Amino acid sequence: MKILQRVLYAILLLIAVLVLNFSMLHLAPGDIADTIAQSMGGADAEILEQIRSDYGLDQPFLVQLGQYIWKVLHFDLGHSFFYNQPVTTLIIAKLPATLLLVLTAQLLALVVGVLLGVYSARHPNGLSSHFVTLFALFGYSAPVFWTGILLLIAFSLKIPLFPVAGMIDVTVEGGFFVRALDIAKHMVLPVVTLSSIFLALYSRLCRASMMEVLGSDYIRTAKAKGLSEREIVLKHALKNSLSPVVTLAGLQFSAVISGAVLVETVFSWPGLGTLALQSIIARDTPTILGILFFSALVVVVGNLLTDLALRTIDPRVRGKA
Amino acid sequence: MAPLLQVENLRIELTTRDGVAPVIDDLSFSLNAGETISFVGESGCGKSMTALGIMGLLPEKIGHIASGTINFDGEDLTKASDVRLREIRGNDISMIFQEPMTSLNPVYTIGEQIAEVLRRHQGLGKRAAHDKAIDLLDAVRIPNPKARVSDYPHQMSGGQRQRVMIAIALACEPKILIADEPTTALDVTVQAQIFDLLRDLGEKMGTAIILITHDMGAVAEMAERLIVMYAGRKAEEGPVEQVIDHPRHPYTKGLISCVPHLMGTLTAERPTLTEVRGIVPSIRQFGRDACLFASRCDLVSDKCLEGRPHEIGFENDQHSACWHAEDV
Repeated sequence: MKILQRVLYAILLLIAVLVLNFSMLHLAPGDIADTIAQSMGGADAEILEQIRSDYGLDQPFLVQLGQYIWKVLHFDLGHSFFYNQPVTTLIIAKLPATLLLVLTAQLLALVVGVLLGVYSARHPNGLSSHFVTLFALFGYSAPVFWTGILLLIAFSLKIPLFPVAGMIDVTVEGGFFVRALDIAKHMVLPVVTLSSIFLALYSRLCRASMMEVLGSDYIRTAKAKGLSEREIVLKHALKNSLSPVVTLAGLQFSAVISGAVLVETVFSWPGLGTLALQSIIARDTPTILGILFFSALVVVVGNLLTDLALRTIDPRVRGKA
Repeated sequence: MAPLLQVENLRIELTTRDGVAPVIDDLSFSLNAGETISFVGESGCGKSMTALGIMGLLPEKIGHIASGTINFDGEDLTKASDVRLREIRGNDISMIFQEPMTSLNPVYTIGEQIAEVLRRHQGLGKRAAHDKAIDLLDAVRIPNPKARVSDYPHQMSGGQRQRVMIAIALACEPKILIADEPTTALDVTVQAQIFDLLRDLGEKMGTAIILITHDMGAVAEMAERLIVMYAGRKAEEGPVEQVIDHPRHPYTKGLISCVPHLMGTLTAERPTLTEVRGIVPSIRQFGRDACLFASRCDLVSDKCLEGRPHEIGFENDQHSACWHAEDV
């Protein structure tokens, strides 16, 4: 019941996002007709009028908005005049590459962040704990595109371990595993770059919440039971200290996606980010709107999944539902 | 017969910003199998530290046993390895705490938290440990244990959670149970039930109990012997009834007179509530070669300020560390 309610809210939220995106792009000066006319090398007022009526741009704003929402509800995001393809087809073609990048980066950031956090919480005054703090500060303050370019210089140019750009080498031939390995090689630098900020965030938060949990009464109970240090940390403390980290990871999902736009541009990763950049330069409004909508969709789904994860971790959340 | 637990000249030091302070200073006592002994005294007198010292759970890097021995069943726990102490904890010596609301892990079912200790120490399998957990819930008088075994702590009241803690502590039928103010956080009607439960189960399993409490009523009902702690030192020790009838230390006397009484008749004149005036000296004062109670004592003399009192023995093994014990 509660879940259904959440899904309903999510749909309403998505519609609100649609209205907002559409209105903002409508407010921007110039319209598609201008852009199309420009790409044709100029047009007179009559042709502009013609284009406007073809695209329904002569209708009142509310009618246009209504039509757009109606179409989106039927899974139609419009037609890109720049690529001359339905926007949905465009996005679905690029989505897997972005999801692969984003999810891998998020997973890496979570797993390594939690491991570093747990480690430094157990040795709060050790050298390696200070190193984690320093590393976190660096990861958090360095802009992703800069980190990306540095990594490129270091590990593609100076020490050519990884390919410079792209997702797959066109000259590679072979079965699934050969190709998967090639993609994995291409993924290393973009994923490391994208996860660096979030890794920093998660490790800091995990360290703090782990230290708090380790001082709690039920950890003393676990010690009084005669459990080993390992069982106490990995079983009794970890699950409790994960809640804030998972919550943050859910909230950061949108940041991961916007980070992906930058990282994809640096590494020429053929995903939604690259598509977004190109369609913004081309002023391809339907594609921009489509990508914005999809990003919102991914964030909303991400938040729903976070809720589910929290329910799994903490029975008290379940209890209130 | 040798006592089950023999603590001799125990000194526990805490490292504070101001230096090292002996929170337990030259404490000796013994506990026989199946016996219940009670520690009383104000907060900060070292009752809990004694318990944590026996458990080997002193706060890491801050507290340590500086000298003395803790002999348990012929083994000196102060020299035992961490691995050996883990084998003993929860199995031979277990402990329940003051805060039932927060002493259970919120993300695991109570069944799992009981079963865990059985798997750890008794080598039971998953199934057997789960079944035993249900039996234990029944033993601590939680109604409908089969259904409640998969409850989470937040679904239970404070009294029920303390029962679960008792189930965990008694799961392996330990030789010693340390109960550190087990009822302080509970309301009065529940307190009596918890004490009944502890006494019944302790007798059934032959478990010796170290009861740490503020509650003189509970002491009188539960314990055979009483140790009064003051500022990290043993002030007085003896059989409960004898000590309550005739305390030989002014501090004990003060504590007993603090217990309010219900009047038999409503019209009877109610005596004013009494207190032990003053407060426990700060931890920096601990370890001085003087009587630490002197500043609060009516019987104080120069002798009290010049040297730490020796223990004076009375009949039935009653001892008092007071220069004026004969006059109390």
